[in-house]
Amino acid sequence: MAQVMMKDLNKKYDEVHAVKDVNLHIRDKEFVVLVGPSGCGKSTTLRMVAGLEEITGGEITIGDRIVNDLPPKDRDIAMVFQNYALYPHMTVYDNMAFGLKMRKFPKPEIAKRVQEAAEILGIQELLKRKPRQLSGGQRQRVAVGRAIVRHPQVFLFDEPLSNLDAKLRVQMRVELKRLHDRLETTAIYVTHDQVEAMTLGDRVVVMKDGWIQQVGEPLELYSKPANRFVAGFIGSPAMNFMEVAVAEANGALWLDTTGLRVKVPAPLAGRLGAYKGQRITLGIRPEDLHMATSNDPADYSFDAIVEVVEPLGSEILLDVKVGQSVIVARVDPTVRAKLNDKLRLALHPERVRIFDNKTELAI
Amino acid sequence: MVIERRWKKWVFFYIPLTVFVVGTLFPFYWMTVTAIRPDAELYRSWRAVNNAPFWTLHPTFEHFRDLLAKTTFPRWLLNTFYIAVASTAISLLCGLLAGYALARLRFPMAGALGTSIFVTYLVPPTLLFIPLADIIRDFQLGNTPWALILTYPTFLIPFCTWLLMGYFKTIPKELEECARIDGATRVGAMTRIIFPIAVPGILSAGIFAFTLSWNEFIYALIFLSSPERKTVPVGVVSELIRGDIYFWGQLMAGALLGSIPVALVYSFFVEYYVTGLTGSVKG
Repeated sequence: MAQVMMKDLNKKYDEVHAVKDVNLHIRDKEFVVLVGPSGCGKSTTLRMVAGLEEITGGEITIGDRIVNDLPPKDRDIAMVFQNYALYPHMTVYDNMAFGLKMRKFPKPEIAKRVQEAAEILGIQELLKRKPRQLSGGQRQRVAVGRAIVRHPQVFLFDEPLSNLDAKLRVQMRVELKRLHDRLETTAIYVTHDQVEAMTLGDRVVVMKDGWIQQVGEPLELYSKPANRFVAGFIGSPAMNFMEVAVAEANGALWLDTTGLRVKVPAPLAGRLGAYKGQRITLGIRPEDLHMATSNDPADYSFDAIVEVVEPLGSEILLDVKVGQSVIVARVDPTVRAKLNDKLRLALHPERVRIFDNKTELAI
Repeated sequence: MVIERRWKKWVFFYIPLTVFVVGTLFPFYWMTVTAIRPDAELYRSWRAVNNAPFWTLHPTFEHFRDLLAKTTFPRWLLNTFYIAVASTAISLLCGLLAGYALARLRFPMAGALGTSIFVTYLVPPTLLFIPLADIIRDFQLGNTPWALILTYPTFLIPFCTWLLMGYFKTIPKELEECARIDGATRVGAMTRIIFPIAVPGILSAGIFAFTLSWNEFIYALIFLSSPERKTVPVGVVSELIRGDIYFWGQLMAGALLGSIPVALVYSFFVEYYVTGLTGSVKG
């Protein structure tokens, strides 16, 4: 059990500055997910914690030890890799026992721990097999088992579910969550899948181009994204963005673009005063749009033309054209919409996000 | 349709394959037949009525007896074996370490070093033997097995290094990283995880190196002079061709006996050998 601290962490390869000034405090027993598009530095960060990459600048502390110069074997961590990295010439049992053997554990203790881990993961009957005789899901379980027998201070996961098919991925995701609740070990998990990040993480770290964009609990990231990138990255389908002008009329502020004119909701109006006459980016999540009814005030509704209808069963995604831009709306499955239908959509004024055009930060 | 397909299979598969197999095996057959043919048949005119060049009616082991009794052939066999094993072992050890380093470690000039090792392999032995002879003389190694044990690696090490480097690159590096996190040092991960997985690659490099040094001719011809120190390829040629007289029977008997160890080595390891060259590791 240990906390992990990263202080001003930097990684430079010859030309590339992969990780920039990362500061992160991962608390004991916490499950933290690093998420971001490929090349954002999340894997490099994890590999620096593991000791597989040298640290160019900054400091990493695991527990109360600075580990910058410790080799991986002395950091008391365990890692699960995307391609499982099972030793092909060893049986499942030997794979799981390898770390304990290297640490000179007595044989009965090794047998006990492997048995225990195998039970937790439901792989007791696979112990004598070789990795090539296992399915993808089974291999993943063995890889997780190999990590948990060691009782390490920190678990590191590097996209462990990316090689599994969609159904198995959901199932393993649930199992990993249950496992973490049971073992209560600090875990750092890297993924590019925002759904995995949201469902697994106690806290989620969003990264891009080597910078941390935002750190927060999953729902906090969803409801209060710090900038346009986080807003677009978290949530599926992604948030709609439209460039609008801030205009004053009839004593109120309005967001204005071709085909759309909505009143600035009261809580936002104060913060937007300085932007009068400028252009900003308006962000609306697809689920914050609905078919306008007579109860919806005219100030928060607008006309749209249907371009694509995607019925998903539990909901319908409508790609609609508003003025010049195309946005996605997530509506009730009862809505009957056809191509080129003209309909009226309304938005939840208090859930609208706005971003500075230059800094892309949330206003 | 079926008939047409069968016809195609014959034309594009069986017939070319047969031609290839016959073409490959015929020299060995010729070697065998010549080795067991009595001298009377060997030196008979082509136009003689009872000439039968492709088989013999009076097989004999006379040539083998002569070879073993009148020449130091068993001694040559032993020399060749000793030299081949020793130079293979040296080359394999160096090749393993160099191949691993070039495939895995990041260090300045790694690429240039890899290429230059390969380039040394391209220098033909017929050019290299002149400076090498000088070195051998300086170290006073001439006419000793060490002259060959130490010169064969000049072409075996580049070869082993490149073959093994290619093989190591097919092994996912996560295996090693995982071992290092699991508690192994870099050397531990190399010997406990990577080398066992690379066994097919190591075996095929070893077999190749062994065959190359077993069959090597030019260095052996130049660096060894006394008859009892020679290797099989050189001994057979230099002792069984006297002036313009070819002792065909003994020559072929020697060649046949000399190729048996290599054939045995191949037949034992053929499966490893194929996976070693095609390189496939699945986690």
